[in-house]
Amino acid sequence: MDTCKCSTEIRNLTVKKRDGIIIYDVSFDVHHGEILALIGRNGAGKTTLLKALLGRIPYTGTIRFSNAQGERIEKPRIGYVPQNMVFDRSTPVTVEDMLCANMSGFPVWLGHKKEKIAKAVRMLARVGASPMLLGKRIGNLSGGEMQRVLLAFALEPKPDLLLLDEPVSAVDRKGIEVFYDLVTSMRAEHQMPVILVSHDLSHVEKYATRAALLDRTILVSGTIKDVMKTPEVREAFGLKLTGGVKL
Amino acid sequence: MSFIYSAIDTLLPFEWTEFSYMKNALLAILLITPLFGLVGTMIVNNKMSFFSDALGHSALTGIAIGVLMGIDNYLISMLGFALLFALCISAVMNSGTSSADTIIGVFSSTGLALGIVLLSASGGFAKYSGYLIGDILTVQPVEIAMLALILVTVVVVWFAFFNKFMLTSINPDLAASKGIHIQLVEKMFVVIVAVIVTISIKWVGVLIINSLLVLPAAAARNMAKSMRSYHFIAIGISVFSGVSGLIASYYTGTAAGGTIVLIAAAIFFVSFMVNRVHAKA
Repeated sequence: MDTCKCSTEIRNLTVKKRDGIIIYDVSFDVHHGEILALIGRNGAGKTTLLKALLGRIPYTGTIRFSNAQGERIEKPRIGYVPQNMVFDRSTPVTVEDMLCANMSGFPVWLGHKKEKIAKAVRMLARVGASPMLLGKRIGNLSGGEMQRVLLAFALEPKPDLLLLDEPVSAVDRKGIEVFYDLVTSMRAEHQMPVILVSHDLSHVEKYATRAALLDRTILVSGTIKDVMKTPEVREAFGLKLTGGVKL
Repeated sequence: MSFIYSAIDTLLPFEWTEFSYMKNALLAILLITPLFGLVGTMIVNNKMSFFSDALGHSALTGIAIGVLMGIDNYLISMLGFALLFALCISAVMNSGTSSADTIIGVFSSTGLALGIVLLSASGGFAKYSGYLIGDILTVQPVEIAMLALILVTVVVVWFAFFNKFMLTSINPDLAASKGIHIQLVEKMFVVIVAVIVTISIKWVGVLIINSLLVLPAAAARNMAKSMRSYHFIAIGISVFSGVSGLIASYYTGTAAGGTIVLIAAAIFFVSFMVNRVHAKA
């Protein structure tokens, strides 16, 4: 392999559904240690692209994953923090159940081993969450608590790619900063590649290193500064008259 | 078997255990109810109670196919049809053409209607009406052995795959991100439900089998604080209502299945009220 630090190479990705083509000819790379912001209007196909990366929908084209040494990974571990996750809020699943189920095959209905609970506490501590959350039902968590639990869940085992889909839409302002600081430090510490889907250009400019504008296909991609200046982004986000994006 | 019978005589020296059919029924209940309690937890979690009901209804068509093909043991035709039926529902649901409740409703009505038409055409439906309410008192020792085998199999599956079932039930996308094969997990669960519903239908009956699957888990949800307590409470309620319902039916001369369901329903309503009071406090 070459010296490219590509983590994920997406080539000619096309997703078709009954009602037509959702995304077509999508090609871009995500590198190790970078946060790539995937931006675009509602209905541009961002979530569809993430679902294809998760292997949840059929597609044509190729998605190749590589580790930091450039070796190909056939079955990548993907950390996924979904947008406003839809789930049954009355489910008796606790945070402890969810985190422990992710660690081993030992069935959580028989309880949790001590070392697993200790590990779950460490996982929560890593994302700045209190160990008190362990006994809480996931349906009773606040928006900020849920996002931290989902991030802790996504980071174990260490993912080959981290997907963040509008990860802070249910989090307050302070929580947003804490969340992105965490993600930034993960990127720096572990050279973790991250794809961030966000509507909020101020977050994108502040935290992402590169950006790609999607409108059923990739219109522009490059460094965050270059992409933000392009007429395509300015038009997609209605920035023509404002003269730019405020930081 | 005689060893187990004498053990029952020693441990439970009551009038209702004097008859061998009651001993058999008790053993069957002690095997079926934990099975239903266990699987019911995930049926309720996956919002599949309507699905298991449809499977129960499809059993009639399975019997009819058995009659038409001249198979003596209806279990084979029921099982074959239920598996096909379950996988068809699952495939149509995955196609995303209509909402799940509509699809299951269509299949459920079709399974029931087809069964009634085929059975009435081949010599009168009345002969098979026993399947509607079932009779646990007719259970035979060889069938008890089969139930024991199924209970062991389901417990093994629950041990090996439960975490995958649970993560998939929370959110399939999230589970897929951890490399869980969602389609495989969903199909495996559907097959388990199809097998236990079909096998038990003769003793529990088409009309009430679903109540036995859903009620213990639904009641347990009102009280559980975690997955562990959810399971143990559901199994506890299931076994308790099964055994107490069997004994009550003996003394009141009522159908065992219906009596068991009524007790489970009473527990559900009590747990529901307790939960409401707790929520307000």
